[in-house]
Amino acid sequence: MLDFWYGLVSNLLPFQWVEHTFMKNALLAVLLATPLFGIVSTMVVSSRMAFFSDSLGHGAFTGIAIGTLVGGLSPLWGTILFSVAFAILITVIKSKSKTSPDTIIGVFASTAVALGLVMMSFGGGFNKFSAFLIGDLLSIAPSEVVMLFGVFVGIILLWLFIFNKLLIISINPSLAASRGINTLLIEILFSSALAVVVAMTIHWVGLLIINSLLVLPAAAARNITINVRQYHFASVCFAVFSGVAGLIISYYLNTATGPTIVLISAMLFFATFTIRGRFVS
Amino acid sequence: MIKKYTHNCEKSESDCQRLCCTKIENFNVAIGKTQILEDVNIHIHCGELTALIGTNGAGKSTLLKAILGEVKHSGNLKYFDAKGVRSGHPCIGYVPQYLNFDVSTPTSVLDIFMACVTSIPSWLMSPGKIRSRVSQGLEKVKAGHLIDRRLGALSGGELQRILLALALDPIPDLLLLDEPVSGVDQNGLELFYDIVSELREKYDLSIILVSHDLGLVEKYADRVILLNGRVICNGTPKEVFNDDRTKKAFGMLLSGQNAKEKTGSVVEREEL
Repeated sequence: MLDFWYGLVSNLLPFQWVEHTFMKNALLAVLLATPLFGIVSTMVVSSRMAFFSDSLGHGAFTGIAIGTLVGGLSPLWGTILFSVAFAILITVIKSKSKTSPDTIIGVFASTAVALGLVMMSFGGGFNKFSAFLIGDLLSIAPSEVVMLFGVFVGIILLWLFIFNKLLIISINPSLAASRGINTLLIEILFSSALAVVVAMTIHWVGLLIINSLLVLPAAAARNITINVRQYHFASVCFAVFSGVAGLIISYYLNTATGPTIVLISAMLFFATFTIRGRFVS
Repeated sequence: MIKKYTHNCEKSESDCQRLCCTKIENFNVAIGKTQILEDVNIHIHCGELTALIGTNGAGKSTLLKAILGEVKHSGNLKYFDAKGVRSGHPCIGYVPQYLNFDVSTPTSVLDIFMACVTSIPSWLMSPGKIRSRVSQGLEKVKAGHLIDRRLGALSGGELQRILLALALDPIPDLLLLDEPVSGVDQNGLELFYDIVSELREKYDLSIILVSHDLGLVEKYADRVILLNGRVICNGTPKEVFNDDRTKKAFGMLLSGQNAKEKTGSVVEREEL
């Protein structure tokens, strides 16, 4: 299925780190997933949803437990379905309730992760799940890469349609309402998209650090940009750069790939933070 | 200018006779068990600036949100144009009181305009055609030079003018202005209202203004409505400001004939 890609990489990148097939798979996955992180992170940061996106990781974690333990569903689909349902539930309750969103998210995230842990530890079998805390980028199967490609196309199409509306909502929900925007629907679409991205990638990146990939690229990009086009461009570049660099470095240093990527993103953030005065007045 | 006032402190009940107008009929808003608005009827002719005044908690902002459809309410909002050809729900432009956005957000004035007036994804491109349309809109509010400025880098007055320009594209049937309590200096406010007055005459706009500055209300409004859960008083600025109920609502602030001198910096009082 991915023979074309394998041939392309062998010809274009005659380096030692891409000799193995699992590295070729990982590279393709990084090239598909990191632009998505870069794009969606722009609105995660602008809409102050860092805590919400963190809870999506917890929801996905429980989704793994449900997907694995409940029969009739592949673990990946179980994770995706549960994560999306979880995201929609929080978004709807957040909009209907007067309780502070932080509290609602906190309640749901801790409930979800506790439920996941209870299910996973049932019968003393937690060890086989502990890999999901850190994730393993090198274990990607070709079929997952193909599915990721579908998600990639889907999110880009969705982004073409909802970004303008999300931008107005992030500036002022009443202004959005006065322009006839169904704010709840748009928020549900956005949180579902986030949930799908998280559910697709949590196996590779791990629960502990997935949120940093949803926050750091845009947080770094904001330091040096003044309009949404620059913002997206910089965020995607930072995400892709840290993804590829992290993959290569982790190969040579023999470290966990996800955390290496996050460290590079963090360095980009601090580097842009120190020079932001020159770009943003 | 249409000067067709009803008597002091009565509900507006004149029908629009071949004039374009907006009617708010029997608006009731209850949140939980608290009745916030009761039986509010307001009738606005085109080209008129109607100011809503009232103490904190009188329901001014709630009324605006009900008109926007953001708060659940009973009652009707109707619009009739001059020839009686088109009627129905008015096209509403809204200038929010404040924007609770992150000031570091990398969003330019052009971006927010594009997001509001087109469906072209603003993160991908900004065609020259849209740019010239936006800069025309900004010229209307004397803000053409701000097109590439970051939203967070604007002053309160500049931001308010940008929001006005946004609310005017497309030209609305009804313009709702929620005046900021702070963050805009006196010069900024006067410039804003001069622009609003000019545009009102040019486009024959109906405007509802929630204001905290009685001096400016006296200067610019055609009609003033004192609100406290319901319409207490409705008339010309002079009529309403001379009414005992207004004086009582605003206490010492409005004891004389000339409200303006004493209300340069109105601080609303909690109690009524």
